[in-house]
Amino acid sequence: MDRYTEQRLFGFLARASAALILGVLVMVVGVTLWRGGRVFITDPAVMVTAPGSRYMLDGGGGFLHAVLGSIFIVVPATVVASILAISTAIFLQSDYSNERTSDVINMFLNVLWGTPPIVYGVFVLTIIIAAGAQTSLIFGTIAIAIFQYPIMTRYADEALRAAPDAVKEASYGLGATRFETAQVTVRAALPGVIAGIIMGFARGIGDAATVLFTAGRSTQMPGGPFDPATTLPILIFEQAASFNAEVRSHAYAASFVLIVAVLALILASKLLAGRFARFAPGGRHS
Amino acid sequence: MSNDIALRTDDLEVTYTGNREVTAVDGVSTEFAENKLTAIIGPSGCGKSTLLKALNRLHEIQPNAEITGEVYLGDEAIYDTDDPLPEIRRRVGYVPQTPTALPLSIYNNVAYGAKIHGDHSSEELDDLVESYLRKVNLWDEVKDRLDDPGAELSTGQVQRLCLARSLAVEPEVLLCDEVTSALDPISAEQVEETLEDLKEEYTIVMVTHSMDQAKRLADDVIFLYLGELVEANDTRSFFENPQHERTQEFVKGHTAVDYDDEPDEESVTDEQPVATR
Repeated sequence: MDRYTEQRLFGFLARASAALILGVLVMVVGVTLWRGGRVFITDPAVMVTAPGSRYMLDGGGGFLHAVLGSIFIVVPATVVASILAISTAIFLQSDYSNERTSDVINMFLNVLWGTPPIVYGVFVLTIIIAAGAQTSLIFGTIAIAIFQYPIMTRYADEALRAAPDAVKEASYGLGATRFETAQVTVRAALPGVIAGIIMGFARGIGDAATVLFTAGRSTQMPGGPFDPATTLPILIFEQAASFNAEVRSHAYAASFVLIVAVLALILASKLLAGRFARFAPGGRHS
Repeated sequence: MSNDIALRTDDLEVTYTGNREVTAVDGVSTEFAENKLTAIIGPSGCGKSTLLKALNRLHEIQPNAEITGEVYLGDEAIYDTDDPLPEIRRRVGYVPQTPTALPLSIYNNVAYGAKIHGDHSSEELDDLVESYLRKVNLWDEVKDRLDDPGAELSTGQVQRLCLARSLAVEPEVLLCDEVTSALDPISAEQVEETLEDLKEEYTIVMVTHSMDQAKRLADDVIFLYLGELVEANDTRSFFENPQHERTQEFVKGHTAVDYDDEPDEESVTDEQPVATR
């Protein structure tokens, strides 16, 4: 094979793989939007209606309980995880720890990142049993926060490392303390830090395994932090396995809500990151 | 060097103990006269920047830098001292080589240092921002867009913003690390003019690899070679009548190069590429 044939062949393969993956993505999003959208057109209230007492059997009412459950579990988890993640990422920079320490911690973070979320679920379940507590919303939050933490930390760490040294030098050169300099560095790295937070949020809101044994798989509206709750991914699994065709169709409606939420988050992160990128060294061109 | 001495080093030695141990500054004892501009020159990698950073302990933010000897600010030691480190760095300001705005508005870039060092009313801050932006000849260019990000200014403007930012904490000495090397010729000239004005009021220590710039701006010159101080003298004597063989070679070597006063020569930096993304 001569080099030009080689080049053409590779060009073809590269384009074909891009087309393949895009096609699959479009189909996943399309089918969900199409089938879920249909439910919304005929019965737009399913998202904001509380489930009937026999919802899983007859599809009476809607799945507001899972929408609220997702929000109440994932939003606080994201807040907690991002505070912990940014603090850890600051600690990992050379101002606070030496290279060996940060290498070791980063290795652990990678292991945590790679740990299947079901393991976090079982871990938190162990705590619940040891504490003699019952599965509830708050334990779902804890499990999701643990799941999000390594993702956000790795993103924040990379972003802080990529911030120009000159920002640090300038800040220290003005007589800023280590903490003040860390604040400035985080600001300089904000687009990357935000991308990590949004990514953690998106992963958290889409994850079922972490909340499977921890939040309680409730089929009713969540009452408070110590009551059982459920989230959209778990509900989708249960709906899709239902005997009732209407409940099964709701699985697409719930997927629709999830996918729109994730798309909206990614859009929001783009906009936010763009806004902060204006301030980052290099300006809006970076 | 008959004037008052603002800053003095005593047998200063900085060693980087990384994979390869390097003594970047080797036993330098010298003086920096008050309200003068002293240029530190020498070939690349001769320890110019390290010496400069050692003057306000900025090298300490890098891991693996070890230092012996002492630096005196007036009569006070800056290493063997009870003063907190940020206080020392406030008194000895530093302008980095790569023009970098803090990720803040133009206004807050200048106000930042003042804000962290004490409470100021918003009127005081307004006055301070205006006066320092005027001092670096930037006020007229930015007065209508003070809330815009500092990073959106041109590279030359950012470098003058950096100067204003450093001056706003009212340092006694200003350290400038090749502050024109990343700039286009016109911006470099503007920054040089600003430095020319500033040296009336401030003690400035400037690292440069441009002999022409040293000739134009400096009152005194210090020549470093492989971390050692070879010669320190006032600018005129240094260039017209270099005492040491190495200095003679260096001065001659540079003048022998076809150096037809093209400002372009200045923007060529052999150390760090400009961060333009």
